[in-house]
Amino acid sequence: MEQFIYAAGTILVGVFACVTWFWGSNFILDSMYPARGAHAGRNIKRANLIRPWLFLGPALLILGTYLVYPVADSIWRSLHDADGAEWVGMANYRWLASDPKFRESILNNLMWLVVVPSLSTFFGLLVAQITDRLRWGSFAKSMIFMPMAISFVGAGVIWKFVYDYRGADQEQIGLLNALWTGMGFDPQTWLTLPFWNNFFLMAVLIWIQTGFAMVILSAALRGISEETIEAAILDGANPWQLFFRIKVPQIWGTIAVVWTTITIVVLKVFDIVFVMTNGQWGTQVLANFMYDWMFRGSPDYGRGSAIALVIMILVLPIMIWNIRNARREMN
Amino acid sequence: MDNIAGTRARLTWAVNLTAICLVVLWTIPTFGLLVSSFRNADQIASSGWWDALFATQSVDYKRAEGADAQVREGDTYVIAGDLLQDGKLSSWGISSRAPAAYQPGEVVDVDEGQQLTVQEDGSYRITSSNRFEGRRGMRIFLTTSVPPDFTLENYDRVVTAEGLGRAFLNTMTVTIPATVIPILVAAFAAYALAWMQFPGRAILVACVVGLLVVPLQVSLIPLLKLHNAIGLGKGYMGIWLAHTAFGLPLAIYLLRNYMVGLPKEVIESARVDGATEFQIFRRIILPLSFPALASFAIFQFLWVWNDLLVATVFLGNSQDQLVMTGVLRELLGSRGGDWEILAASAFISISVPLIVFFAMQKYLVRGLLAGSVKGG
Repeated sequence: MEQFIYAAGTILVGVFACVTWFWGSNFILDSMYPARGAHAGRNIKRANLIRPWLFLGPALLILGTYLVYPVADSIWRSLHDADGAEWVGMANYRWLASDPKFRESILNNLMWLVVVPSLSTFFGLLVAQITDRLRWGSFAKSMIFMPMAISFVGAGVIWKFVYDYRGADQEQIGLLNALWTGMGFDPQTWLTLPFWNNFFLMAVLIWIQTGFAMVILSAALRGISEETIEAAILDGANPWQLFFRIKVPQIWGTIAVVWTTITIVVLKVFDIVFVMTNGQWGTQVLANFMYDWMFRGSPDYGRGSAIALVIMILVLPIMIWNIRNARREMN
Repeated sequence: MDNIAGTRARLTWAVNLTAICLVVLWTIPTFGLLVSSFRNADQIASSGWWDALFATQSVDYKRAEGADAQVREGDTYVIAGDLLQDGKLSSWGISSRAPAAYQPGEVVDVDEGQQLTVQEDGSYRITSSNRFEGRRGMRIFLTTSVPPDFTLENYDRVVTAEGLGRAFLNTMTVTIPATVIPILVAAFAAYALAWMQFPGRAILVACVVGLLVVPLQVSLIPLLKLHNAIGLGKGYMGIWLAHTAFGLPLAIYLLRNYMVGLPKEVIESARVDGATEFQIFRRIILPLSFPALASFAIFQFLWVWNDLLVATVFLGNSQDQLVMTGVLRELLGSRGGDWEILAASAFISISVPLIVFFAMQKYLVRGLLAGSVKGG
């Protein structure tokens, strides 16, 4: 109860403080430079120079402290030792280059980068296309979209149950092993199978992200002009040609957006690996590897920061691409 | 104009079938865990969840009463009794090699002059022309069908004993302020970026777009240090600020894009009428931007509710600060085999996002379409 009063109190105080800030600072500004009287014109001009910064102030402060400063601080820390006391130059990066676990993480991350965005986009496009004209299409979409609302940890529990293993003499309670033994094979501990276990983890993320891809691509497919489709049908295009030769080329832009968005999710993937294997059995990825170095017995913030910056560098091309697109749209 | 007449029927079939397969594939993992959350530990361990949906056959044996219980009826000796307390049997037998050899009501010769019959309700009758001997009764195998059996016990247990009730409240405490605060801050900033003229505006918009994809991993260590340095430590205040900051770029981006599209005339005429910027914002912009605000609110709510990383870093691990994803994670680690606990816990933790999801799907889709550059 106490906790709720605390939370409710904070909301109230927070909202009140925000409102006071915006309203109060505007009020002061307006009374300093009243928009009437002898200098009305000059006053309005001056007030309009200052006002945007009053509106933007809190946001800039928070963004600066929580997102911009940390990037700089991470760079600094990555050049220092475990607790930031001593300058070590590039030692952390040299360590990264030689660490087998890091190599494993990078390779796994690259594998995730290839598999997850492509399959999510593929399934998303497939579902978007086939549910488009179905009478129960919106129900089907809802069902496939649903995993988006489930946390990665919840998804981890759900899928760990699917992958559950029992000895060959017992009845299998995991769906996958039940099907597998039903086909006459021996049950497998899927999450420890070298190399392939990565794909069982990826399946979880594909399961979550397909709904996202579907929603965006379905809107894009609807946006294609009817005329091109009609023309193609009149020319005798079959449904396959219609889809691959007419529709898909027209939504390349959207496919690219979906692909890059999922790519970013993949680069940061943490929870799934963390709760399902914790990076054991050759499934380590960068985000979990970084968490490892941050929270293991004696945390090494230098190395942790170096790993975080590697993730940042991998995200950078997408960031630049996004900014370019946004600027083009603004002009 | 959809397709050419001949292939149409076949194609429709194929499309429907593919759609059904995909929907089943996508829902069955969740459904499996949901079913399991209503089964007890023994049931989960002894059979797959898919068995729980149907009546199960269980084979058991009971002993008939011994010679002591015989009564004489005319010139036959009879032992009679009941093998089942409740339920029905579907078949029975007298040897372990063929435990389901006979139907209820069938009369079977057992040995020299003895006959046995078992009824559907479990009552049996052994008759013999000679006196029965021996104290141990005969073994009778029974196949009973057990109807699907579900229990709410797991939910009861995780909410009270496993601390999930507490974690639920903690998650609420984290989520609600972390959803409300960024909306407020972002709305003002978005308005400035959309409708005010000032130098550097384009650069700021570009910065916001850039910040959308900054991996929050980069922020963890510096912020942990910063929070300790300024005395915030690990607590709700810190996580509210962190979530606010991580949500802000998307909030500003979504809201700005939406506000730019609002009709210019309304705002201009309000300015001409002498309304202050604050009044314009509150009376015109905020009400008109409701759809965008709702979209972002859902996003942020789902994201904060489902988050594990930020919570593990910025909140403590004690009972009074552990959120539900944290509890789930601990259960997975320490009690990975207790599926009944895990399943019920997982369902409690995903129930709220699912409700929000199904109730507000429209806004969520709209938000996704407007802001599909951010990822998690």
